Amino acid sequence: MANQIKIRAKQKDGIATVKCLISHIMETGTRRDSKTGDIVPAHFIEEVTLKHNGKVVMTANWGPAVSKDPYLSFKFKGAASGDSVTISWIDNKGESQSVEDTIK
Amino acid sequence: MKYLLGAACVCIFFVQTLQAADKNMPGISPAEDQKSFVEYFSKRFPSVPFQEFGNGIYALDEGQRAQWEEIEQFPPYEFAVDAGKALFETPFANGKSYGSCFENGGIGVRQDYPYFDSGSGQVKTLELAINECRENNGEKKLKYKKGDIAAISAYMAFTSRGELLNVKVPDEPAALAAYQDGMQFYYEKRGQLNFSCADCHVQNAGQNIRADSLSAALGHPTHFPVYRSKWGELGTLHRRFGGCNKNVRATPLDAQSESYRNLEYFLSYMSNGLEINGPGARK
Repeated sequence: MANQIKIRAKQKDGIATVKCLISHIMETGTRRDSKTGDIVPAHFIEEVTLKHNGKVVMTANWGPAVSKDPYLSFKFKGAASGDSVTISWIDNKGESQSVEDTIK
Repeated sequence: MKYLLGAACVCIFFVQTLQAADKNMPGISPAEDQKSFVEYFSKRFPSVPFQEFGNGIYALDEGQRAQWEEIEQFPPYEFAVDAGKALFETPFANGKSYGSCFENGGIGVRQDYPYFDSGSGQVKTLELAINECRENNGEKKLKYKKGDIAAISAYMAFTSRGELLNVKVPDEPAALAAYQDGMQFYYEKRGQLNFSCADCHVQNAGQNIRADSLSAALGHPTHFPVYRSKWGELGTLHRRFGGCNKNVRATPLDAQSESYRNLEYFLSYMSNGLEINGPGARK
């Protein structure tokens, strides 16, 4: 199944709460294949960026310690209903994904 | 030799008590059993409303409930339900789809499972029915504990959310025998640790077991398949049965074996009247 990002963004009194569920295998690179004994190669998100109306408001540096299908919740000030938020990630293989949503 | 005789005596005694005409004997009247089952838990946990029992330990422990409620705001099983829906709606090679095997196209039917199939004389669970559908349409069976079967079952459960579990034990000897077999399994000691399911989930419900807490048996089947944080994915009820058996160092049985299906039959009947709330999220 292709990667997905589910996102929900709300604001109350100018404070936006953005919650998202990102589907990603987040392979640590320390597990071994049970049949061949080879290491399963690392494949995890390295950087997550959250933009508000095009401006970066949060950068997260992740690593193999973050579990599969990570859930992220983030709050920031200065938001209004109708503003756009974009969540993007890049992983160690250079793959990336980005999803935009409107704050309710 | 003496031990064998003793065991034989106990077996005969047990069978005789099961066959006794006394309606108050457990196993004779499923409806009476269910009433006592619910009464026991209502008395044990008087502040918990009946429908809340479907939420397991989160109905009994405030701190854990708070964490669970946060997780439920963005549940980890959402991806699996989407995947399940896609699988459910994809036709087989012969052009037919899962919907053709079920009532109402398979939507909103979870609460009627498991049921006793008089024709084949066995308990049929939802997962069994899904695989039968596949086989009848020329497809290979799916494995029963996780993966695609869990995703499809999760989607079907999701479409039944809010419906009340409605398992039936028809007034037939074979159905009653299956129910009794499940009940016997539940209350029998097993494993190196010599525990029965009831020891933990009836007698010690709400208590801690090392660093974890025991949920009540009432409400157990309603939220399956379940996304367990420990598994990092969905798993079926029979996957959990196997895990629980391993926990008491008993040999786990195969998923969808007769014993596990009868066990699911008994357990589900005990939870009749509770809302389907699957798939659920648990530790």
